[in-house]
Amino acid sequence: MKSWIGLVALAILATLPLVAGEYFVNLGSQVLIAVIFASSLNLLVGYAGLTSLGHASYLGLAAYFSAWLSLKFGLGHAVTAPAALLLTTLMGMIFGWIALRATGLGFLMLTLALSQIVWGLGYRWVSVTNGDNGLSGLTRPSPFGIDLDISANFYWFALIITTLCLIGIARLVHSPFGASIRGTRDQPRRMSALGYNVWSIRWFTFVIASFLGAVAGLLYVYFHKYIHPSVMAITVSAEALLCVIAGGSSTLIGPILGAFLVVMLKNYASAYVERWNMLLGFVFLFIVVFLPKGMVSARLWRNAPSGDKS
Amino acid sequence: MTLALEVTELRKSFGGVAVTQGVNLAVQAGERRLIIGPNGAGKTTLFNQIAGELQPDSGSIKVFGHDLTNLPVHVRPHFGLSRTYQIINLFNKDTVLHNVALALLGISPRRFNPFNPLRVTDPVYDQARLVLDSVGLTDSADRHVGEMSYGEQRRVEIGVAMSQSPKLLLLDEPLAGLSQDERILVRDLIASLPRTTTIVMIEHDMDVALAFAEKISVLHYGSLIVEGDRDTVVNHPRTREVYLGH
Repeated sequence: MKSWIGLVALAILATLPLVAGEYFVNLGSQVLIAVIFASSLNLLVGYAGLTSLGHASYLGLAAYFSAWLSLKFGLGHAVTAPAALLLTTLMGMIFGWIALRATGLGFLMLTLALSQIVWGLGYRWVSVTNGDNGLSGLTRPSPFGIDLDISANFYWFALIITTLCLIGIARLVHSPFGASIRGTRDQPRRMSALGYNVWSIRWFTFVIASFLGAVAGLLYVYFHKYIHPSVMAITVSAEALLCVIAGGSSTLIGPILGAFLVVMLKNYASAYVERWNMLLGFVFLFIVVFLPKGMVSARLWRNAPSGDKS
Repeated sequence: MTLALEVTELRKSFGGVAVTQGVNLAVQAGERRLIIGPNGAGKTTLFNQIAGELQPDSGSIKVFGHDLTNLPVHVRPHFGLSRTYQIINLFNKDTVLHNVALALLGISPRRFNPFNPLRVTDPVYDQARLVLDSVGLTDSADRHVGEMSYGEQRRVEIGVAMSQSPKLLLLDEPLAGLSQDERILVRDLIASLPRTTTIVMIEHDMDVALAFAEKISVLHYGSLIVEGDRDTVVNHPRTREVYLGH
């Protein structure tokens, strides 16, 4: 039943380039990238109950690794893409190991501190990152000879990757391991007593989230063909957190809705309203006050019982 | 025969306060042991050391011959150790069935599986239903734990602990906070548990506790002061002194 709805949604989304202009197709690609990014953060924030304020690091690191490897060594995308994913995931392993010294506020501050280091390096390590000028002159890959410089092709490419990521996340959260992730969020003490290694479960979740964040980062750098340190700023992490909370954390659809909302407001409303950030603030305030569990809790979506039944 | 639980010279201090002062405990397999003592005697602290949540300063803890003293909490259930808590901490947002299923998965290698969805038809849920039958909660399988009374939650908790077929079960005040009717239900449930599970229980309700126990240990200021069968302990002058203050 649910996969049937998903297929219909996918079919409708796939027709976008056929009916809409280039502007909307590009907007669609950006929404898809934000969807992966927010969904990966949701694994931590929603399912594991670990609120991170440093998720932009993985998006930025993957983008920089990919860009740097190609500019410095002239490597092709077939090498830089897996290398960037691997290196970023390794960074996620290290950062997770450090940040999971704590939970709650301590965890939040540690993820923030770590991401600020990465962000600072992006600005200051000029010989590698080209500092405030960013890295430009990048290309999009052309898998199987398909030219991704064509907006429609890129959109379909992003749609496929997003679908794969979301299927992966859905399978993960419904698996026994996924059940244990939610268990460590709700009753860590009990989980230990039941034989689960709570720290490892959290760490693996952190690593998976950073890997998926890296996937979003690759798509991001392919889309823009340019990377600037501001992509690793706290505002980007906070925006992703906003997507998750506004949409509805610990649900699969929540971050998708949230990402759609935020990207639309950012790109579309900013054309009409100069202070779009303020608008975003008001929308967020409205959601927090009237839909504290996010957009998924709105009547429109409540045709099936929600919650953590599995 | 190997002892179900062997605690040797266990010591634990918090700063200057010695909470466990050289406790020795030997529990036979299949035994029902009761630990009593006034508030602050260090009963729960002793449990937390056996379960691994607290690391003792010195001494050793063996369960069926395995030295668990330095093993982390999450490894101990795999040696057949299970426990309940003084204050229930179940998964309130989930169903009773899911609570038991999580316990079953906790000691199964399947807990690492990140890919195959846990469907309603999964064998682990069938197994969980059998556990619920055995603790008299068959009809509550699909209820959310948070909606249940405290007494029902206690039975779920015992079901969760028993689902792992523990060799040693630690019950920390299972009757605390229950109504008279609920007490009877939980008492009968504990009495019905199989002898393949050794039980060590902390309890204040003397009527129930004394009927349950075969051997009683009295803990006072972190030391065991009296140990023996029911009559020996009840009539011992030290017990009276500790409990009645004269």
